[in-house]
Amino acid sequence: MNNAVAPTIEYGTLAPMLLVFGAAVIGVLVEAFAPHYVRKAIHVPLTLLSLAGAFALVIVQIVQGAVPTAPVAMGAVAVDGPALFIWGVILVLSFVCVLLINDEGHFVASAAAVPGSADEEEAEAAGVTHTEVYPLALFAVGGMLLFPASHDLLTMFVGLEVMSLPLYLLCGLARRRRLLSQEASMKYFLLGAFSSAFFLYGTAMIYGYAGTVSFTGINESLATGSLLDPLLLIGFALLGVGLLFKIGAAPFQAWKPDVYQGAPTPVTALMASGTLVAAVGALLRVFWVALGNLDWNWRPVIWAVAALTMLVGAIVAITQTDIKRMLAYSSIAHAGFLLIGVLATFDKAQENAKSLSAILFYLLVYSITTVGAFAVVTMVRDPGGEAGHLSRWAGLGKRSPLLAGVFAFFLLAFAGIPLTSGFFGKYAVFAAALSSGAERGDSLGGWMTGLVVLGVVASAVAAFFYVRVIVLMFFSEPAADGPSIAVPSMGTVAVIAVSLLVTVGVGLFPQPMLDLANQAASSLFVR
Amino acid sequence: MSPWLPILMAVPVLGAIVVALLPKGSDKLAKQVTLVVSLVVLALTIVMATQFRTGGPRFQFQAAYDWIPSFGVKFGVGVDGIALVLIALSAVLVPIVVLASWHDADGTQSADGTLITPKRSVKTYFSLLLVLEAMMIGVFAATDVFLFYVFFEAMLIPMYFMIGSYGGAQRSYAAVKFLLYSLFGGLLMLVAVIALYVVAGKGTFMYPELIGVIKDPATQKWLFGGFFIAFAIKAPLWPVHTWLPDAAAQAPAGAAVLLVGVLDKVGTFGMLRFCLELFPDAAKAFTTPIVVLAVISIIYGAIVAIGQTDMKRLIAYTSISHFGFIVMGVFAMSQVAQSGAALYMVNHGFSTGALFLAAGFLIARRGSPYIADYGGVQKVAPLLAGFFLIAGLAGLSLPGLSSFVSEFMVMIGTYSSTAFGAGALTVAAVISAVAVILAAVYILWMVQRTLHGPTAEPVKAFKDLNAREIVVLAPLVALIIGFGFFPKPLLDVINPAVTQTLVNVQVDNPAIAEKGAGQ
Repeated sequence: MNNAVAPTIEYGTLAPMLLVFGAAVIGVLVEAFAPHYVRKAIHVPLTLLSLAGAFALVIVQIVQGAVPTAPVAMGAVAVDGPALFIWGVILVLSFVCVLLINDEGHFVASAAAVPGSADEEEAEAAGVTHTEVYPLALFAVGGMLLFPASHDLLTMFVGLEVMSLPLYLLCGLARRRRLLSQEASMKYFLLGAFSSAFFLYGTAMIYGYAGTVSFTGINESLATGSLLDPLLLIGFALLGVGLLFKIGAAPFQAWKPDVYQGAPTPVTALMASGTLVAAVGALLRVFWVALGNLDWNWRPVIWAVAALTMLVGAIVAITQTDIKRMLAYSSIAHAGFLLIGVLATFDKAQENAKSLSAILFYLLVYSITTVGAFAVVTMVRDPGGEAGHLSRWAGLGKRSPLLAGVFAFFLLAFAGIPLTSGFFGKYAVFAAALSSGAERGDSLGGWMTGLVVLGVVASAVAAFFYVRVIVLMFFSEPAADGPSIAVPSMGTVAVIAVSLLVTVGVGLFPQPMLDLANQAASSLFVR
Repeated sequence: MSPWLPILMAVPVLGAIVVALLPKGSDKLAKQVTLVVSLVVLALTIVMATQFRTGGPRFQFQAAYDWIPSFGVKFGVGVDGIALVLIALSAVLVPIVVLASWHDADGTQSADGTLITPKRSVKTYFSLLLVLEAMMIGVFAATDVFLFYVFFEAMLIPMYFMIGSYGGAQRSYAAVKFLLYSLFGGLLMLVAVIALYVVAGKGTFMYPELIGVIKDPATQKWLFGGFFIAFAIKAPLWPVHTWLPDAAAQAPAGAAVLLVGVLDKVGTFGMLRFCLELFPDAAKAFTTPIVVLAVISIIYGAIVAIGQTDMKRLIAYTSISHFGFIVMGVFAMSQVAQSGAALYMVNHGFSTGALFLAAGFLIARRGSPYIADYGGVQKVAPLLAGFFLIAGLAGLSLPGLSSFVSEFMVMIGTYSSTAFGAGALTVAAVISAVAVILAAVYILWMVQRTLHGPTAEPVKAFKDLNAREIVVLAPLVALIIGFGFFPKPLLDVINPAVTQTLVNVQVDNPAIAEKGAGQ
């Protein structure tokens, strides 16, 4: 009766992810057993080294060219070219975000204390710090690695939860404006829990249709089964809601501004970059791999979502008065641009590499610029914390021309002005979409051109609010009691410098990064 | 592979970096470095221009380097006659603008001590100017459509900061309006650029390889539209002109010269280069509505100019009228009209440049752009008044001054154009001739109110032009008079390029087709 086969786990291939999870577990043990005064001294090197080590392991796999051509870990995880690229990007982003987290003064002394209470003051006076943020961040990063690399719906759900749960907590830990932070945390948790439930319910439906949760299996049953089965369509819609929620696409974008504003800025940076990258990766895998044969059904839906997302993001951003909320809406608009790329599918699978490479490239350049922009936000401070209100940024260009100049450059990159990295990202996605629409017999055809035109209209609208911040910073007179510019730590300086370097460098010479993305995309997702 | 054009672009970029990195407090040095760099560019341009063979191949000084192989983009540069004269125009105007803007960022005070503009960063202004020069050269030199687009959009940014940081009271409104109008047009063009690449299916953006590739008339029309709207906003053409008076009025005089004199020419240059040759059928199909828009611009710009109370706005509206002439000449599809239009682009740069700068010197002395605040300048500052008058007369295309030649060519070429059947465009030419009279009204009336009559009280304190200001205006006036009597050198360079354009557009005109075949 003993015919159960021991599962095979490709430890080498999964090593980057395992390293991050392992370090997170060690971090928890440190919390439990190390005295509080040495915790930070252990956490910081542990976290940074594990992220750097995981990145090195990713590089080793790419250099060795030993990219698996089949799912590993019994078909649960797919470590293919795109996954390795996404891992690399996420690890770099989380490394720089940890450098931001490392700065003093972002996190509350005692999260459990009622805001404004004596308990809180006491904790603050005692210099207590929540060093749990490091292992929490590591767990979130681990989830981000698993989420886009999972090859069946259940593993993907686990990845989604492992990524999200620590983030819900981290959102509530802002030191200043506690109530806003707690509200953000609560909202994110409730809405996130709903969306997870949608995802899980969709998984069940799809299982009912296909009899399997594996992407390969779903794809195969779609090739032979009915495409109008209610189970399939309901399942697809529910999965879509869960995934689109995570990237903040309209009409599921409502959480983004509140959460981005309330969360401690380094955590916002991590969510705006790492989570977005992971979620887009997962979305691609579900729609292209599992539901690839259903594209006549999902492309029109995503078309509408993309159009709505771009317009809502760009238009509502105009009315924002808080810099972090504005960046949140900007992130929504960019999610819309990314969805244009998701739509750009071709008849021949190999041609999809073009769109995939465009999306990967876009994710890379956008997320790095985003981290840089939030790093600048952490430096502009009022006595009560960060100077969030836009009016406080007036005249920053005169007070601190270098910082304002760097921020202006990031904004121009978001706007997609040529000679910044953002332009080439947008160009790549638009070009992929137009050539997909030009394909003979494409199900969307001319609609793709229409979407790209909508995309440029949204870009023009978006340019307005980016430019408005530049006007404020450079063309307005500084307020008499303007914000102070915090003396940045080495970490913050490094983050801004790296992100500026990439934004400028890729803006002038995008080819090396495009080569990387092309190479990663050429193998496509494993099926 | 000729290194000329890459060097021409690299010199100002390096200059800009040097200026930006100068230590604090070296404002004077920054200005001197900028001046020297711009003079070096001018010298290089002149040497390069002397080596241009008018009978040679269309594109000369070509160079192409791989830039983004994944997108099929090359850093491809090369000039035909039209691009060459426009690059020369930019190279001439920049050192003049540098000298003219010498004190613009220092903070200026009017004669009675009121602050006109506060002190601002001198280094930034001049390094932006040099970056802009590199991009102006690049946009005319690009033979890769993608590269052209990159410069077309990127050059907005330095100009945006020059208007927004150094302009007048309404500067941020004007700067944003300028940027958003141009950006919107540019983004529509981006869609057309991508679609051109996809539909052509050649895997390249190199312009010579894309001529005549798009055959389908419907596709041509859509792509033409994408390009044309961008260029019409840039030029600008009625009804998308409203950003120009604001931008030109708020920009410092030097930036206004480059904005109207060079940046706007990118629009008309683009129509001639890209709209016509890449989409000939669409261009011919849309000629009537475009010529109508051009004629409206000509008349509307002139009439509105008459009503202006602000000198810089007035000059901006005259330019809208002149751009109407250029666009009409481009779409008249005859050799004379198109050569005239190309020549007009250069001459308009000189005449409007001189007018803006002379007006700028007036404004710097009084602190007000309003015509009503002046009067009798002639008696107090005869030199300034004299230059202002000549610049004004060039603006109204007085015979003997350069703009007359080009305006006359455009009108006669349009009148006699047979591209759409004899006499098809006669009406347009006749109506546009009314603008000649209107031009006399708007210029002479402004001259009369500012230079003549009783001397206003604050004007009495005016000093006449100093040596620097004379050096600024003299070369422009010399060029205006010189090319007024002897436009042949410019036309010799322009004509072969225009002929080639018309051949590519395949205008049904035996005389041209025959001439073109001999090229």
